[in-house]
Amino acid sequence: MTTTQATRVRPAPSAPAAARRRIRPGRLGVHAFLMAVSLAFLAPLLLAVYASLRPYDETSEYGYFSLPRHLSLDYYRQAFTDSGMTKYFVNTMIIAIPGVLVTLFLASFVAFALARLRMRGGLVLLMLFTAGNLLPQQVIVTPLYVVFNRIPLPYWMSDSMTMFDSYWAVVLVQIGFQLGFCVFVLANFMRTLPKEILEAAVVDGAGVWTQFWRITLPLCRPALAALGTLQFTWMYNDFLWALVFISDGDKLPVTSALNNLRGQFFTDYNLLAAGSVIVALPTLIVFLLLQRHFIAGLTLGAGKG
Amino acid sequence: MSFISGRRTGRRGSRRFTRRDLVVLGVLLGLPVLLDLAVVWGPTLASVVLSFTSWDGIGDIEWVGTRNYTDLFTNYPQFWPAARHNLLWLAFLGLVATPFGLLLAVLIDRGVRFSRFYQSTLYMPVVLSLAVVGFIAQLVFSRDQGALNAVLGDTDSPTDWLGDPDLNIWMILLAAAWRHTGYVMILYLAGLKAVDPSLKEAAAIDGASEAQTFFRVVFPTLRPVNVIVGVITVIESLRAFDIVYAVNHGRNGLELLSVLVTDNIIGEASRIGFGSAIAVVLLTVSLGFVVTYLVQELRGEKDR
Repeated sequence: MTTTQATRVRPAPSAPAAARRRIRPGRLGVHAFLMAVSLAFLAPLLLAVYASLRPYDETSEYGYFSLPRHLSLDYYRQAFTDSGMTKYFVNTMIIAIPGVLVTLFLASFVAFALARLRMRGGLVLLMLFTAGNLLPQQVIVTPLYVVFNRIPLPYWMSDSMTMFDSYWAVVLVQIGFQLGFCVFVLANFMRTLPKEILEAAVVDGAGVWTQFWRITLPLCRPALAALGTLQFTWMYNDFLWALVFISDGDKLPVTSALNNLRGQFFTDYNLLAAGSVIVALPTLIVFLLLQRHFIAGLTLGAGKG
Repeated sequence: MSFISGRRTGRRGSRRFTRRDLVVLGVLLGLPVLLDLAVVWGPTLASVVLSFTSWDGIGDIEWVGTRNYTDLFTNYPQFWPAARHNLLWLAFLGLVATPFGLLLAVLIDRGVRFSRFYQSTLYMPVVLSLAVVGFIAQLVFSRDQGALNAVLGDTDSPTDWLGDPDLNIWMILLAAAWRHTGYVMILYLAGLKAVDPSLKEAAAIDGASEAQTFFRVVFPTLRPVNVIVGVITVIESLRAFDIVYAVNHGRNGLELLSVLVTDNIIGEASRIGFGSAIAVVLLTVSLGFVVTYLVQELRGEKDR
């Protein structure tokens, strides 16, 4: 589609053949440029994979940029057995799965209320959520740190007996902070839905919950899929919340635990490379499988012009 | 469909909501609003208040007026370098990475072959966590075995790309731009797809060159995307934290305001008031942009 568009746009001078000939070298230049940039973008990732497959002695002697003498998956085994990456992955899931689900659920109701029920003060609410998501995290970190330290939780909820150093703290902050973005995106999306469907339901006597759950939400499936993918990546990648609100190293999510990997094996950058690859792999896989959703999620909020 | 017309129709019907509706609304609207207030806006306000106090987090809270701020600006050697680095971050992302992302988007949007491959590759770094980007940066830039020194053949007197405090911020900026460029590119690609082709055709018929068409016709229609990209760039520059923290905990030439906040609260000496003052500086700068952005959004809302 884009190809035809581009050819259509091109001015048609009196000698079309000449124009066609002139375009070739330009095209080639564009390809050379894009290819070079793509390779440059891929190179650091490939380097990390390469480094992770080689023993430290070898790279320290010949550098990362040398031909391999031994290749093995030893560092990956080590990362999983000695450094307990499995445990950190589980921690991440404990935070990210409820985080994504609750955020999407709450945000879609707020968005529904803002976009579909005509309510006073809706705009103020929308602003409240959107602006909240744009604040620098460091502004809210300090008071939350203090407050979480003072909120007692029963032992069955948190073995630290406080909100601090428990998953609850991280999940709660993730949800609260990401609500803003999701509300913004979903409200924009819901405005594009035909309102006749909802009106028909209202005439039939559907209550607010039915209008939301049975009528609006099913129509939002593409937006929810897109947002869910995006949110999962963001929560998975988060570094700061866990770093500040969790002090017990065993409870850290996988991204923050990467830092520990370095603490224990200060010089072994190959192990760190393996750790980085392991941490990066799930998001890369999600991206490659769900690319369309992923990009849709980002642009739902932005490309609404 | 806007709230303006909504208010008019809202007044019409007093049928509005049943009691069950009100309960549903109260719970499902109240919960997120409460959460947003408790997690985002309450703490923001608390930060502002705490920034006028001296507090170690355990003992009494002592009111000190603006002392934290005067100390911060005059008596805290890390502050100005950190502020400068944040500004540099903003300038680099805004003046280098963002235009580069736009250029890539324009090239890909012209409908070259393999555009999906380019698009995916260029976007890939965006899905990586910034911490991972920080670690990968170490593989590339490390002094003794790093790939960059190997490519440069610099084995006799290797450059310490990440250890040299005059140099390392630039290397980190490159790593940050690696991620930012793809993000910007995707946003612009979506924007460009939405541009009405007849606009470009009309410009072409009027004899505009490709560059003229882009700058005079296409670019102005991208305004909503420009606004979003601008906000993202500013916010990301102020929030920047993960990369430098992953590399060296934000020391030795990589100081950032966000790192100073974290250091002051979870460090050995918990200086909550002082850390909050730094956070409020961040807040003040970002609020300026956030408000501008929201005003824009508000206008768009009314037009609809």
